[in-house]
Amino acid sequence: MKNSNMLTGLDRVLLSGREYVGADKIDGPLVFMRNTHPIGYGELVECIDQYGKVRTGQVLDTSDEVVVVQLFEGTSGLTLPGTKMRFIGEPLTLDVSEQMLGRVLNGLGKSRDGAMLPRGEGHRDVNGLPINPTSREYPRDFIQSGISVLDGLTTLIQGQKLPIFSGNGLPHNQLAAQIARQAKVRGADQEFAIVFAAMGVKYDVARFFIDSFEESGVLSNVALFLSLADDPSIERIITPRSALTLAEHLAFEKGKHVLVIMTDMTNYCESLREISTLRGEIPSRKGYPGYLYSNLAELYERSGKIAGRDGSITQLPILTMPNDDIGHPIPDLTGYITEGQIVFDREMHARGIYPPINGLPSLSRLMKDGIGEGMTRSDHPHLANQLFASYSHVKDVRNLASVIGEEELTVLDQQYLEFGDFFERKFVHQAFDEDRSIELTLDIGWKALSLLPAEELQRVTDQEIEQHYRS
Amino acid sequence: MQERIVGQVKRVNGPVITVKGITDAMMMELVNVGEQRLVGELVKLSGTEAIVQVYEDTTGISPNDNVYGTGMPLSVELGPGIIGTIYDGIQRPLETLRNVGGDYIQRGINRPSLSRENSWMFEPLVTVGDEVTPGSILGQVVETERVLHKILVPPTLFTKGTIVEIAPKGSYSVDRTIAIVEYEGQTFQLTMMQRWPIRVPRPVRERLALHTPLITGQRVIDMMFPLAKGGTVAIPGGFGTGKTMTQHAIARWCDADIIVYIGCGERGNEMTDVLREFPRLIDPRTGRSLMERTVLIANTSNMPVSAREASIYTGITLAEYYRDQGFHVAIMADSTSRWAEALRELSGRMEEMPAEEGFPAYLPTRIAEFYERAGYMKVLNNQEGSVSVIGAVSPPGGDFSEPVTQHTRRFVRCFWALDRSLASARHYPAIGWLESYSEYVNDVAAWWDEHSDGSWRESRSQIMDLLQREVRLQQIVKLVGPDALPDSQNFILEVCSLFKNAFLQQNAFDDIDRYSTVEKQIGMLQLILSYWRLGSEAIKKGVPMVKIRRMKVVQDIARMKFSVDNDDVGELDRIALRLERSLGQLGGMYEE
Repeated sequence: MKNSNMLTGLDRVLLSGREYVGADKIDGPLVFMRNTHPIGYGELVECIDQYGKVRTGQVLDTSDEVVVVQLFEGTSGLTLPGTKMRFIGEPLTLDVSEQMLGRVLNGLGKSRDGAMLPRGEGHRDVNGLPINPTSREYPRDFIQSGISVLDGLTTLIQGQKLPIFSGNGLPHNQLAAQIARQAKVRGADQEFAIVFAAMGVKYDVARFFIDSFEESGVLSNVALFLSLADDPSIERIITPRSALTLAEHLAFEKGKHVLVIMTDMTNYCESLREISTLRGEIPSRKGYPGYLYSNLAELYERSGKIAGRDGSITQLPILTMPNDDIGHPIPDLTGYITEGQIVFDREMHARGIYPPINGLPSLSRLMKDGIGEGMTRSDHPHLANQLFASYSHVKDVRNLASVIGEEELTVLDQQYLEFGDFFERKFVHQAFDEDRSIELTLDIGWKALSLLPAEELQRVTDQEIEQHYRS
Repeated sequence: MQERIVGQVKRVNGPVITVKGITDAMMMELVNVGEQRLVGELVKLSGTEAIVQVYEDTTGISPNDNVYGTGMPLSVELGPGIIGTIYDGIQRPLETLRNVGGDYIQRGINRPSLSRENSWMFEPLVTVGDEVTPGSILGQVVETERVLHKILVPPTLFTKGTIVEIAPKGSYSVDRTIAIVEYEGQTFQLTMMQRWPIRVPRPVRERLALHTPLITGQRVIDMMFPLAKGGTVAIPGGFGTGKTMTQHAIARWCDADIIVYIGCGERGNEMTDVLREFPRLIDPRTGRSLMERTVLIANTSNMPVSAREASIYTGITLAEYYRDQGFHVAIMADSTSRWAEALRELSGRMEEMPAEEGFPAYLPTRIAEFYERAGYMKVLNNQEGSVSVIGAVSPPGGDFSEPVTQHTRRFVRCFWALDRSLASARHYPAIGWLESYSEYVNDVAAWWDEHSDGSWRESRSQIMDLLQREVRLQQIVKLVGPDALPDSQNFILEVCSLFKNAFLQQNAFDDIDRYSTVEKQIGMLQLILSYWRLGSEAIKKGVPMVKIRRMKVVQDIARMKFSVDNDDVGELDRIALRLERSLGQLGGMYEE
């Protein structure tokens, strides 16, 4: 038994060097090859065009008759007879090293700035492996972002995956940059390492992030994986995987706290749809493949903390909701996987409020265990709950006011309107470079609540009212 | 031992593998693929080809790799040692895998579901010469402080037999023979462990009518939309509406004997949360840790999709096994939509013709089969046991008209619709009272009336009626403002708002409020109803509503969920007295 095992293993090693010349069919990023030796599913492929240029690909489907390879760097310029394929015999890997911080890489983790990359410290499969749920450590360390509406109401926790649901033209990049700049864990002096994955975004956006990191002097602590709008769309599929593979290395081998910013997830999903359609798969909603959920989960679940290891991976994916529709499959499926969401509101943006975060649909699922006594402040949970409840009533009052006019409202409802304005203008709104401590955030929250009569505040305790409420 | 090779790989497409050269493979047989021995199940046979659905990542599998047969269908191991364990979708013990393979789940590693090293103190309950039939109890094992595990005769081995040997009281591992049974000249060696194929329901003697509610300690459920023991319920809701929170709350506080919690395609951290929290939480009924009655099945969203499909069946088979011992079991499946999506993904890979939204045409059949495994049963040994199923549904975009929600609705009798606007206002549990329903109300009304001096049915319909009237009034208020309503109608709004805040809403993190006993629930509802009754009378006498609202005792009612301890329900009577007195005084002032 053992012998035959080794033989097949040896066979594969010998065969893996073999080069095949001539493809049967090329369709978009997919290349079809016949008459090969048995090729493993998911194997790494090197494709050499007639000029000797090497492109990387992966096996998508393998059978006796035909092997389907997807090329990450596109297929333009390939000819059927001139294409050579080398099957490497192992899955796509990334040479990871701490030295990749401070570098600009492409979606496959190769140097983009021309300079040589240092020797890797490890060789990791970019697809990763699922973390055993029993090995996970439940995340509960509060990250102070210095942004009131986040810290107060949608608290970010170290090891969380919290996406920003935005729309075109909204300041999601500013917010992500601000979080990257200001994020800190209180009582710990270690800085975050940042892994940045850009998928199909414009050069200006990448430039904005690079400049912003440079200004705040953290650029040497950032690894950028760029697959820009003019790069082959297929490369976007591998970009977040490369980025997360490096993040896992930094977090769980090097003990760093890593913040992963991925933008724009919508482009990633579009690329998936493109491949799926090319392969003639049965689509589910809006033409997206049925496995979109599992596929996104493979990315988002690569975050968190592992018991007994020092580091953590916090994910901040950014996605633009097509047509601002939160029910679109991309934000919808994302919301089902991530631990909450930060939702932008176009109307708030139009009124000049930054960050234009709509508190009501926004949510942080891990917040409950990361705030309160000993972590932020004892009144935080009740205060947040009360702000949500009161602010949701403001929306009703505003609707009523638009029908019957503000003058006709009861005194109480007018107080609610006043509260709503104060909440949006003073609590939510802040400057791009304003870094508020959590205490300041909570105090502003109480100031807002103090505009309402005390008996309206049913979700805070009497002691808290006594201590913080100032009418 | 010579392994049986059933065929060779022909094509690999994600988790679906086509196998050629099939000789004697069985339908639904458990197979191992390639030299890594990836676990798979044979789902289709056609000529000399077969389709295998693999429960692990298939990277590296190539054509011509061998496929090995095991000769049995995908089964679970049943015996002592299940409670308190966390398994993956095909019952691999995750903690053991971690000890063997590290923090990541490596491929191709396998360990027995029930540890062969642990031994259990077996106490025989039969003697030599006793006649046993399927389901008979051979003996018992203290599995945890609160679970007295009965060792049963497997259901299908023989129809009747005689004990020829039984092990004395002592410590044995699960694979040691503890009894020898003779039937028609044949002898059978029985151990404490048995296997059962996950896709086949375990046999029972008889299905019984449902009559007892499953008390969850959640007021909106127990009082408004009760679930019966042996019943089925769906919890549909968009993301962030609190499906998982509701499931967790029920898993914590419901009065089932055993909880099977299936995390099907959900978040890894949520399972960690349960793992971290349940051992520390104390069950108010028994004073023991909640983990002592809980089994977890974790197949998180990034774990292989075919194992996700199997996880639901694994869970319900474990539940049926404990039901057969006479326990009342509750299953939480979070979420059945992920399971349906796994079906869709696999069906797509097998190139089957899709029906609605890409789901396979057999989706409703599968949903029905799953929910029909719930029920209140007389089991083979004539005890009574039940399996209740609480299935979360995650409709895309929160739209209940999608296929999974719609089909599930056809096969469940209770529906807890989670409402997005309630969740946005942080009103949890966000179970909407207008769209939800329970067909078990009549089944369990007798039980409730017995526990509430005959008032439950009446009180429930009274408050439901008020809530319905409130909806109509709210429509008017939206147009003209609340001032336009007379006090008598405004008071309906006031009572409903109090009812929502003080009763329906329940804080899962508050030490007192997270769970309410039957007595407290009844007391609270009656108190609110007497506020309505007495308040309306006072308004008829001319007392302005504002005065009634401002009474100190109304604040007491609003906070009773936090202030009145479950053990001190008498406090509610004292509040009722104060209410009566205050309203009496007010009424007196205006009567003159």
